[in-house]
Amino acid sequence: MKKTTALIMSFIMLITLGGCNSIFGSDKDVTVRFLNFKPEIASVYTDVAKAYKDETGVTVIVDTAANNTYESTLAAKLGTSEAPTIFQINGPRGYANWSDYCKDLTDSELYKHLNDKSMAVTKDGKVYGIPYLIEGYGIIYNEEITDKYFALDDKNTDFMSMDEINNFEKLSRLVTDMQASKEKLGIKGVFAATSLKSGEDWRWQTHLANIPIYYEFKNNNIDLSSDQTKVLNFEYAQNFKNIFDLYLNNSTTDPKLLGSKIVDESMAEFALGQCAMVQNGNWAWSQINGITGNTVKENKIKFLPIYTGIEGEEKQGLCIGTENFICINSKASEEEQKAAEDFLNWLFTSDTGKDFVTNKLDFISPFNTFTNDEIPTDPLAKQVIEWSKRTDVDSVPWNFTLFPSQTFKNDFGAALLQYAQGNKTWTDVVTTVTEQWRAESAKL
Amino acid sequence: MQNYKMLNRKLKKYSPVFLGPMLIAFTTVFIVPFIMGVYLSFCKFTTVDNAVFNGFENFINALSDTNFLNALWFTVKFTAVSVITVNVIAFFLALLLTRKMRGSNLFRTIFFMPNLIGGIVLGYIWNLIINGVLGLMGVDITYSATYGFWGLVILMNWQMIGYMMVIYIAGIQSIPGSLIEASHIDGASAFQTLKSIIIPMIMPSVTICTFLTLSNSFKLFDQNLALTNGAPNRETAMMALDIYNTFYGSIGQQGVGQAKAVIFAIIVALIAWIQLRITRAREEQL
Repeated sequence: MKKTTALIMSFIMLITLGGCNSIFGSDKDVTVRFLNFKPEIASVYTDVAKAYKDETGVTVIVDTAANNTYESTLAAKLGTSEAPTIFQINGPRGYANWSDYCKDLTDSELYKHLNDKSMAVTKDGKVYGIPYLIEGYGIIYNEEITDKYFALDDKNTDFMSMDEINNFEKLSRLVTDMQASKEKLGIKGVFAATSLKSGEDWRWQTHLANIPIYYEFKNNNIDLSSDQTKVLNFEYAQNFKNIFDLYLNNSTTDPKLLGSKIVDESMAEFALGQCAMVQNGNWAWSQINGITGNTVKENKIKFLPIYTGIEGEEKQGLCIGTENFICINSKASEEEQKAAEDFLNWLFTSDTGKDFVTNKLDFISPFNTFTNDEIPTDPLAKQVIEWSKRTDVDSVPWNFTLFPSQTFKNDFGAALLQYAQGNKTWTDVVTTVTEQWRAESAKL
Repeated sequence: MQNYKMLNRKLKKYSPVFLGPMLIAFTTVFIVPFIMGVYLSFCKFTTVDNAVFNGFENFINALSDTNFLNALWFTVKFTAVSVITVNVIAFFLALLLTRKMRGSNLFRTIFFMPNLIGGIVLGYIWNLIINGVLGLMGVDITYSATYGFWGLVILMNWQMIGYMMVIYIAGIQSIPGSLIEASHIDGASAFQTLKSIIIPMIMPSVTICTFLTLSNSFKLFDQNLALTNGAPNRETAMMALDIYNTFYGSIGQQGVGQAKAVIFAIIVALIAWIQLRITRAREEQL
């Protein structure tokens, strides 16, 4: 009796240790595994999966990578038997890393529906990543506070509306004078804290850096799909400095304390009306809206392009693009790949799926299956669409998908922090940028 | 004798039952990954499935990376300081709390408690505390690598002292009371008792404590990530963090990260081995 018990016990232990999945896991049903990039909408994806299961009977398992850990989570998961069938890459550089796992999507249904075919990630004429949402960023401002400023009797500028602000020189004059009368406006500073804690500095080392680098590539006629992008002179460094200094000097926070500031804090300052402007994108709406005590009115939240003092910037619009490209795991079984494609088609073409995309996930969709009315209702997304439709301005594409690596961005961010603290000169920052760009590009 | 033989036979018969699970677990979760890891350090790869052999290239890249060498130096400095401070403070606390004083059990529990909190949480808590203090001077922990260094030392002490203290207490309590009493009768001063009786008698505890602090300080990761994450400009990145950043920060550098990890493992094993040999030798002399 004892012997049998012992044997049974040890057998159970063996199974637990050996991993029960291989023994008991069922392979009967095809499952779609989706590794989600955006933690803030993880719960919506659970509902999407449930709806899909109800309609088709196919199980979709959505895993979400925590903030800043997408690449590591993906690397860990792709090596397991529960590898994601659908994952995403952040552009051409991401493709270089994951090319072994990206299925050729040239003939896929989804690609046929893509409005702007040039947005897809391609290699030698074949499509490997399809953008599934469009985002835009710029300087978000609270119109209530700017209007309050325009109504001041003793202001030192003659601006009467934000529509007049169409270049850096004007923005700079406006901001400096607003900062001078911050008490009257009831704010702590014009700009929210320039969050520079490591991991929280992407608004500067990625998004803001996009602008000077876009102009450098554009004005030198660089072929973006070639190796020419491996060299950067940071010609427009001064323009970056212009706006960055404006952020630092007219802020709610002393520049020496920025090393511990996180994006959430900046957004909270904006939501609570402690500042008038913050640089961020349309995804920030849920964040602003979700803060208790939020004083920003839905119809008073607006976008302004990021002006840096570049010639002709009066015609510059918001930065509109994407770094979310969907891929299908080429190493998954045929059935799984098929199931993954079916799921994506359902999400972006069926009525139920589209309803989720526009109203719950709040995506501005790049597919022609969406009509002009099927757009998100949040104010910032609406603003992005409005700006993208304006014919008098040109949007700035997201060229930061060409930045060589996360290490480059992190080192750039660290240098910006040291500059803000006064421990590094601007020349040092420029050197860091050009040298790290070269060093990290050499690894590609 | 007969009984013993029977027992032995039975033991032999059942040994796979008792040893088997452990052996399988050890092989699957330690030996196999370790060998795979060493193999991967000679490969270019993104995940374990698509590795391509590329010889010593990763090791050459790893050793020519100045960030890695800086991280090594920073780690050595940190380890040296924290091994000394943790052990000295823990030993004196143990000495204090083995005296017959009121509430010594309560104090032991309190000192031990930080050890139960995870490294990431402690890192964030201390980040807030240190930034709060430095905030009075108008700066924060990212301002200078010196702040980061001492922040890490304080954090490490906070976390490890309680644990080491418990080991020292056990060591001190196992000293026969008669020995101490005899030394008192012989007229030894408190310092002489400490130097000639207590310290020699607790050498096994010293061995285990230095070993634990040494290897824990060397391998520190969570606390480093949560407290400074290398700021300013990677200057406070320790080896584990540097390996992590290499692995995930640049495209196609996973092999180099893996090579760094192998070098790291060799260094840790080597130090631990030397340290064990030295203290063992001293234990045996007694």
